[in-house]
Amino acid sequence: MSSATKTIAELSCPAPLPAKDKVLLGHGSGGKLSAELIRDVFLPVLNNPMLARLDDQAIVNINGQRLAITTDSFVVKPLFFPGGDIGSLAVHGTVNDLAMGGATPLYLSAAFIIEEGFPMEQLRRVVDSMHRAATEAGVQVVTGDTKVVERGKGDGLFINTTGIGIAPDGLELSANRARPGDKVLLSGSIGEHGIAILAQREGLEFETTIQSDSAALHTLVAGMLEATHEIRCMRDPTRGGVSSTLNEIAQQSQVGIELEERRILVREQVRGACEMLGLDPLYVANEGKLIAIVADGAAEAVLQSMQRHPLGAEARIIGTVKEANPGLVTMRTAFGTTRIVDMLAGDQLPRIC
Amino acid sequence: MKYLDEYRDERIARGLAEQVAAVTTKPWVLMEICGGQTHTLMRYGIDELLPRGLELVHGPGCPVCVTPLETIDKAIQLALRPDVILVSYGDMLRVPGSSSDLFRAKAQGADVRLAYSPTEAVKIARSNPDRQVVFLAIGFETTAPANAMAAWQAKREGLTNFSMLVSHVLVPPAIRALMVSESNRVQGFIAPGHVCTVMGCGEYEDLVRDFRVPIVVGGFEPVDLLEAILMLVKQLEAGEAKLENQYVRSVSYQGNVPAQQIMKEVFEVADQKWRGIGAIPRSGLRLREEFGNFDANRVFDLGEFTVEEPAECISAQVLQGLKKPTECPVFGMRCTPENPLGAPMVSSEGACAAYYQYRRHAVVS
Repeated sequence: MSSATKTIAELSCPAPLPAKDKVLLGHGSGGKLSAELIRDVFLPVLNNPMLARLDDQAIVNINGQRLAITTDSFVVKPLFFPGGDIGSLAVHGTVNDLAMGGATPLYLSAAFIIEEGFPMEQLRRVVDSMHRAATEAGVQVVTGDTKVVERGKGDGLFINTTGIGIAPDGLELSANRARPGDKVLLSGSIGEHGIAILAQREGLEFETTIQSDSAALHTLVAGMLEATHEIRCMRDPTRGGVSSTLNEIAQQSQVGIELEERRILVREQVRGACEMLGLDPLYVANEGKLIAIVADGAAEAVLQSMQRHPLGAEARIIGTVKEANPGLVTMRTAFGTTRIVDMLAGDQLPRIC
Repeated sequence: MKYLDEYRDERIARGLAEQVAAVTTKPWVLMEICGGQTHTLMRYGIDELLPRGLELVHGPGCPVCVTPLETIDKAIQLALRPDVILVSYGDMLRVPGSSSDLFRAKAQGADVRLAYSPTEAVKIARSNPDRQVVFLAIGFETTAPANAMAAWQAKREGLTNFSMLVSHVLVPPAIRALMVSESNRVQGFIAPGHVCTVMGCGEYEDLVRDFRVPIVVGGFEPVDLLEAILMLVKQLEAGEAKLENQYVRSVSYQGNVPAQQIMKEVFEVADQKWRGIGAIPRSGLRLREEFGNFDANRVFDLGEFTVEEPAECISAQVLQGLKKPTECPVFGMRCTPENPLGAPMVSSEGACAAYYQYRRHAVVS
């Protein structure tokens, strides 16, 4: 049907957009569209109390033992990037999702979906890298699966990893536990993974030496939990960045979160790349950082514990949980004014000018 | 970061805000033209630093927002053709046409690619000789030279599978249209620094003279905007109307002459429809006859059709500075960045989207 033959009724209003009959790329962005997909498609059908918590991992109780389970699929492009590759990322991502539940990661599964014609040499490099990352993190890949799809039906290589770990008794971490007065801690500088990936992408011809921050965070977490159990929630701000993670916490806990702009650390090179591309580092992915919501009285102890660990050396308190503006993240700018830090609908799009 | 940190310096910004307060004795209405400037004002809360009675209204300078619905519909129509690769700037992809957007077209199988520069589209055409590559060439004078360069390059190489869907708008005719409107409230303009980097300042002299309205070419950082506001208020308080340049680190009086030359070689001035405002005479650019082979309208025989905006959208008043986004009854309710009802909500640089993104807590609480 050409637009010229449309009736006036069809044309009179550009929104709301028609029935959501197709999955869009934005549904995988970690923003509002992802949340909608989970809320409208997955949760109503698969619902149970553990899933409904919408945390990065589920904590299940088997014969009195509390186990953490999580799964994550890795579709990163390019497969190899400064600071890591899809293999190390697949280990770090799943280890971190377990760690954010306070769990000690133990075992991983790894499933490979490989496109016909994929270079064997690259596959070997990925597997070696996975092995190194797993060894360093003290976890083992104990089961796996391989599928090969026809040429053109995959994008080189996808990996899924599932992890299980032991969750300590009496520790309840969840995005719905933030309370007014709590402090927001961030373990270091932001945006490095996303920018390292973008810089490598086809068509983006700028050079940087930014490395992905991809790293396993469970030993950092272990130290934090030694300091106190007064941690309400931990999240690794991956897709959608710090902003999406904090918006999720604000919404699930029905609290406001107020950030201090000047407390958030962004490396010079990341800032430069973001300025050039019209991106906001608050929305750019990290793979080796964590956000912790900590009771006010315990925040200083947790911060000190983090700063003693190499992956938390630059940890800072970046904000406070408030009663006002429930469900919203706001930021005190360097000018003393306040603005909202919104959750994006889909992926962050480079601006035209 | 050099050339950025000093223009985001809190101390300098506060000092300028104090100076503005000190020289302001009457209420004034100023308009920043460019969406990028609106974005900065909202992001840093610059308006909160200004004295009461000094009002900033937000101009029509968001290229994505003012691109007509018809152009977006045409782009979607083209993208859905199996023989076409449609190349676009990133933030056009989510902009709704009358019934879909380019992201949805992509999910339906359209080959839609995002580019940072129009020359990438030429490159794609070169390496896909069996496909038709269409570049969605939109924007103000800022993007016009690069878009012109793409057509020029394609012509020089004799490419037969490259064309552009052009929707270019010009700032000075838009300011003129605002000034002649009976309902105009604007008493001084912050002209868009990036547009003037290309075009220079000269073409704003006529506006200053014809309407006795002060115009200051301004940059995009908080300190730039506060300085431009200070320059405007000083003129207004002194009863002056001059053209001044605050953005001297980027804008010269002549502008970028080679860029202007390539624009003139490839494009000619034409009447143009602005989404949310309507038609403004001689306010756009179209490809010259010599470049007709690169006009997607001709290559694909797209025809002409008209699409109406929803009646409840008050974007015409917002884009002319007559109303604030928050005065719209559907703002943040039925009209959000996810489901925009009109032009200023569609791009992050649109005035409504900037208010929604940074300010809706002020409305809610």
